[in-house]
Amino acid sequence: MSTATVSHHYSSTGLENRKIAIWAFIGSECMLFVSLISTYLIYKDRSVVGPYPHTPWTDPSTGHVYHAILNIPVTSASTFILLMSSLAMVLALSAVENKGKPQHNLGERILGNSKLWLFMTALLGLGFLGCQAYEFTSFVNEGLTIKTNLFGSTFFTLTGFHGAHVTAGVIWILTMLFIDFKRGLGPSDALNVDIMALYWHFVDVIWVAIFTLVYLIR
Amino acid sequence: MATTVIDTIPAHLKPFVPSPTPATVTTEKSTIWGWLTTTDHKKIGTLYLFTALFFFLVGGLEAEIIRAQLGGPNRHLVSAETYNQIFTMHGTTMIFLAIMPLSAAFFNFIIPLQIGARDVAFPRLNAFSYWVYLFGGLFISIPILFGHGPNGGWFGYVPLTTRAYSAGINIDFWVIGLQILGISSLAAGFNFITTIINLRAPGMSLMRMPVFTWMAFVVQFMVILAFPVITIALFFLMMDRFFGTQFYEVAAGGDPLLWQHLFWIFGHPEVYILILPAFGLVSEVLPTFSKKPLFGYPVMVYSGILIGFLGFGVWAHHMFAVGMGPVADSVFGVTTMLIAIPTGVKIFNWIGTIAQGQFKATSASLFCVGMVALFTIGGISGVMHSSPPADLQQTDSYFIVAHFHYVMFGGSIMGLFGGIYYYFPKFFGRLLNEKLGKWHFWLTFIGMNLTFFPMHFSGMLGMPRRIYTYDAGQGWEVFNHISTIGAYLLAVATAIFIYNFFKSRVSGPAAGPNPWGAGTLEWTIPSPPPVYNFAVLPTVTSRYPLWEGKQADIEGARINQQSGKTAEQLGIVIPYSTIKPLLAAAFMIIMFSGLIVGHWLILVGAAATVLALYGWLTSPLEPEHH
Repeated sequence: MSTATVSHHYSSTGLENRKIAIWAFIGSECMLFVSLISTYLIYKDRSVVGPYPHTPWTDPSTGHVYHAILNIPVTSASTFILLMSSLAMVLALSAVENKGKPQHNLGERILGNSKLWLFMTALLGLGFLGCQAYEFTSFVNEGLTIKTNLFGSTFFTLTGFHGAHVTAGVIWILTMLFIDFKRGLGPSDALNVDIMALYWHFVDVIWVAIFTLVYLIR
Repeated sequence: MATTVIDTIPAHLKPFVPSPTPATVTTEKSTIWGWLTTTDHKKIGTLYLFTALFFFLVGGLEAEIIRAQLGGPNRHLVSAETYNQIFTMHGTTMIFLAIMPLSAAFFNFIIPLQIGARDVAFPRLNAFSYWVYLFGGLFISIPILFGHGPNGGWFGYVPLTTRAYSAGINIDFWVIGLQILGISSLAAGFNFITTIINLRAPGMSLMRMPVFTWMAFVVQFMVILAFPVITIALFFLMMDRFFGTQFYEVAAGGDPLLWQHLFWIFGHPEVYILILPAFGLVSEVLPTFSKKPLFGYPVMVYSGILIGFLGFGVWAHHMFAVGMGPVADSVFGVTTMLIAIPTGVKIFNWIGTIAQGQFKATSASLFCVGMVALFTIGGISGVMHSSPPADLQQTDSYFIVAHFHYVMFGGSIMGLFGGIYYYFPKFFGRLLNEKLGKWHFWLTFIGMNLTFFPMHFSGMLGMPRRIYTYDAGQGWEVFNHISTIGAYLLAVATAIFIYNFFKSRVSGPAAGPNPWGAGTLEWTIPSPPPVYNFAVLPTVTSRYPLWEGKQADIEGARINQQSGKTAEQLGIVIPYSTIKPLLAAAFMIIMFSGLIVGHWLILVGAAATVLALYGWLTSPLEPEHH
């Protein structure tokens, strides 16, 4: 993140060290989420008591009826928000890479504004986190906590893990935005933004898997 | 090429074979602050070496207590509860705090030298890995001194380790400590993968890389793919213990087998993470002392990669006794038999290396030959377990204990000792005493067999693993008695090694750049290497540049053997020393401690860690240069 990012070190492949490391990191993270998602799937439909994700449940002792807990419309919206944040990230990277090139019209000025797109990415990321906070709160209000049943334990741990990754990503993006305001990001910072973007897209892709396997498949 | 013997080297290349009058040893004195802030891979490697040897002694002491307790029937040297803590910590210490970091010592010190690099790809991350390891090791080790050591076995099976059956804080230290240690291994994994892919000197193609570097490369991939799985398994257990989730709660529909699967999906690759570095070291030592390139180099590389792949497909052979059904039993039985093939290939290649060469018995080569022999015994008893019906007779008995000690001690530790004798001159510039080294080897070899071979018999006679004590008259006394005598012998052997290590470090004969007449790149530079390693980056044209190298190899070696110049004189940029990785590691430990101390501390620790990371990432790695 310092200015000394353009290094003149020898490398065997011509790739930057950090580019290789982030791919190794992403490979490792895949195993993390594979373990979490597999556990969710293995424990699917094994909860002894409700509430359940896709079906209503009547508590035999109180007679209270819990409706199906997952709120697909809200999560579809938050999924859309997260996917749009990836688009904004692509534009942010492109803006940083092309910094300094002449901008002929309003469209090019907008597309070339790295601060705008970094801000949009962070904002959309925060929007996703807001949806998740709303989702978690409403689930708790409806009677599903991490202690309630296996569904609660696996669901909150899996989506919480993902939410923590999004949070880390948002902090990363805001840091980059801060640097952009402080001294301006340029093509020499493209690698840093590129690595951040790889992480961000990875977190998005994982969400696509979670949304499909947890929310859409009954 | 395959039968090139060192003596066939043309005369004008001879200077690079062992020099009869070794240079004096030039070592840079370092302050405590210098060690705390170092980003030099060689210093970090040295720190790993000392720390791992310290934990090896701790784990060894625990082993001696176990053997003293089991030396005869109905002994009560320690209480049953203390015994549980001691065998748990013996396994945990040896695996996570001794063997893995001992391998890491060689990764750190040797890999950059073998591939012709000036440092690892991320020097500060490397320091961070070490400090996390040290602090995590202390975190998990210190509680036993206060009678609160982890006591659920090194594999921590649920439901025994859930809060309901282990209410104390013993298991808490284990659950948190292993997650901390995992972070250290993962960080090192990303670092070394990048280093090996990207920092190879010109001409150092993948198929010219020394086999040690190759095996380390495979190991790093196994680490980054296996450690996330145990992290999740531990995270579930931590959530169950601290936050009331139900992952392993049978009454709530949870399945204890989830733990076993997740644990062994990590646990079996871990076995290869422990053994492959030793394979790599043996593949360096045997060619040098047979004066002949490694027999079947490509096959050695491919079999190592194949072991890496197959290592992920055999985990459930640890679980035959839980009743997975005939299909799963058969599949994992077959994959387990399959993995014996690439392993057997390696053994034959080592024999082939020695067979046609001019073998010279030194401490290093003896340990490596011992490794090949003892690992073979452990490998054969391992294949026996691949058959589920046979395994059902042997599982959880001392037969298993015998098996994995032949693999872990006979394999990993013997190979690593061979590596220590071989690379000690490169680390410290001085040779270990050969006479004491041979005493160390023979006493270890005899003591090791005396300790572990009788366990095959006590196991077959029904003695269960982890048992605290036993009644007389079951036929176990004599075997246990022999085992205990063997363990005492190992203590004597280790004492000789420690004496030799510290004495030779100060007063051993100066080694010079290449005391063994070895052929690989790390021997082209002074011992100990200057801070920049290579004055000029070498251009590599063969697998053994010093044996079969072209003029370019030799010229590079000639320049690099000349020591005495500083990095500034040569215009080489050296990364700054920095305390920030240590601080980040320390704050992270504080964050984890919050789970036990109080949840407010988690927030404090997390905030401090983030601040330290910001300080680290926003400060430049090294001086500006163009």
